[in-house]
Amino acid sequence: MNGNINSVRKPRLKHFGYLLLVILVLVFIYLPVAWLIISSISTRAELLNVPINWIPRNPTFHNYFNILMPGADTSGAAQTFRITLRNSLIVSTSVTLISLLVGSLAAYALVRIRFHFNEIFMIGLIATRMIPEISLVIPLYILASRVHILNTPFVLIATYLCFSLPFAIWLMAAFFETIPLELEDAALIDGCSRLRILFQIIIPISVPGLISTALFVFLLAWDEFFFALIFTSTVAAKTVPVAIAEFTGRYVVDVTGMMTGGVLAAIPPVVLALLFQRYIVSGLTAGAVKG
Amino acid sequence: MRSNSSSLSLHQRNNLIGLALVAPSLIIIFGIVLQPILSTLYLSFFDATLGVTKTNIFIGLDNYIDLLRDQVFWVTIQRTIYFTFVSVGLELVLGLAIAQLIHTHPPGWRFLRTSLIIPWAVPTIVNGTMWRWIYNADYGALNALLMQLGLIDKYIPWLIYPKTAMNLVILADIWHSVPFIALILQAALATLPVEMEEAAAVDGANAWQRFWHVRLPLLRSAILVALVIRTVEAFRVFDIIYVITAGGPAYGTVTISYLTYLETFSFGHIGRGSALSFLISLITLLLAFVFIRILYKPGDRL
Repeated sequence: MNGNINSVRKPRLKHFGYLLLVILVLVFIYLPVAWLIISSISTRAELLNVPINWIPRNPTFHNYFNILMPGADTSGAAQTFRITLRNSLIVSTSVTLISLLVGSLAAYALVRIRFHFNEIFMIGLIATRMIPEISLVIPLYILASRVHILNTPFVLIATYLCFSLPFAIWLMAAFFETIPLELEDAALIDGCSRLRILFQIIIPISVPGLISTALFVFLLAWDEFFFALIFTSTVAAKTVPVAIAEFTGRYVVDVTGMMTGGVLAAIPPVVLALLFQRYIVSGLTAGAVKG
Repeated sequence: MRSNSSSLSLHQRNNLIGLALVAPSLIIIFGIVLQPILSTLYLSFFDATLGVTKTNIFIGLDNYIDLLRDQVFWVTIQRTIYFTFVSVGLELVLGLAIAQLIHTHPPGWRFLRTSLIIPWAVPTIVNGTMWRWIYNADYGALNALLMQLGLIDKYIPWLIYPKTAMNLVILADIWHSVPFIALILQAALATLPVEMEEAAAVDGANAWQRFWHVRLPLLRSAILVALVIRTVEAFRVFDIIYVITAGGPAYGTVTISYLTYLETFSFGHIGRGSALSFLISLITLLLAFVFIRILYKPGDRL
């Protein structure tokens, strides 16, 4: 690109240096991941071997079977892992769908319609992103236990929404803003309602922005730990992050279970992020530059 | 939703439609946020405990005064600032360096850019347990690696030293967060005009001068944004500490959020915990103010 500037002198050496740096960063990224995966396909005995076996002699998918089809001899956390995976899926998907639906209405209004409180609402959105979870958790806990929704996916969906919704509105507003006004003006003159414009004109052409928003919201919900830790203590609603933290018992640590659970928990977000990587970068830019 | 009444002016109609579209979000967000915040503020003026059927006693500002007089509070604040400053500082420097590296398009840069997404997408808790296992005193990969490289001659129980434990938590946080900054900054770099740097080069500026005086100022807003987002996040770090050290050893990695968690849910002091969480809110709101000043320019939209 701009390599024509005085880099002509030692291009070979410079290139070699850059390549070396690339490799260094790649090693830093992949080494821990590799060890996570290797640990998940090793036997417990082999993992507790000193000196270490970097490459397992008898790689096995036994740990995965243990977690996905638990028998009686597996640890408590492994027994229920499957159910927590399902809970996480339910919670994250619900939060994503509701955020997109409800959020797109607000995002459209904020970008396209001049009305009172428009700016105040915008500032309120940023402010909610700053509220520490911990300052909400005590009253919410008391409230949730009073109306008996502790240990239900519902309490998690509701709390996650109050963080994901502002984020989703912010992102979608950034995407909607890039749509040329002319498209709607014609429809408005023809007497289309705002809702029809939103659903028939705006939404269909902002599919990339919606995918990007959905991804971020899904990852956010999938990742959430603090509320899930406080609000869920039974398998009825416990999510994957809580389950993984529980592999560390008070006296014993189920290392293979923890690593296998870790791989399984990382697969959905990592695969989604890699599949839609260009949406991630555009989302980061929009979300970052806009908040 | 049809505009059936001609008596309403366009302005009034817009107000109505705008509010109607925003209302569902407004109800969800503030319905869930507002009551708890006020309730937390209220509780912070009481001597309140969790679970016990004891009536709460109004004690005014005593919780706050107690906290501000407590040595533990100030040590925790210092520790949180250390964590925030070191991790965000290093993340910014490394993120900028990696973004620069990608921008020069060395062999493999596309693969590198894709790879950066992996640590960013790995859930925080998985990241924490992974590093915890790597740092394990008896069977950990870190010990094994350093031993085989001849850098240590016996296995070291890393997480029993408060300072080391803190720095290792920071390392895990860096692994997770550098990609976020690197991806933002490389996207910003890709949009910068090349002409200015070329002009500077013609004027005889060397690579470092060009970076420092031309490129960095152009990146300023992207850097500020990444910086503030990460600072607010780091200041209330909880998850990664919970899994790697659980605040140990000897409270060596207890940050302000963790202290609030302990006060509230381990010791059951709801009043004191509320006061603490309100102090955190105040500090983050201060950061938020900076954030809004940087990001929100009136007239930015519409």
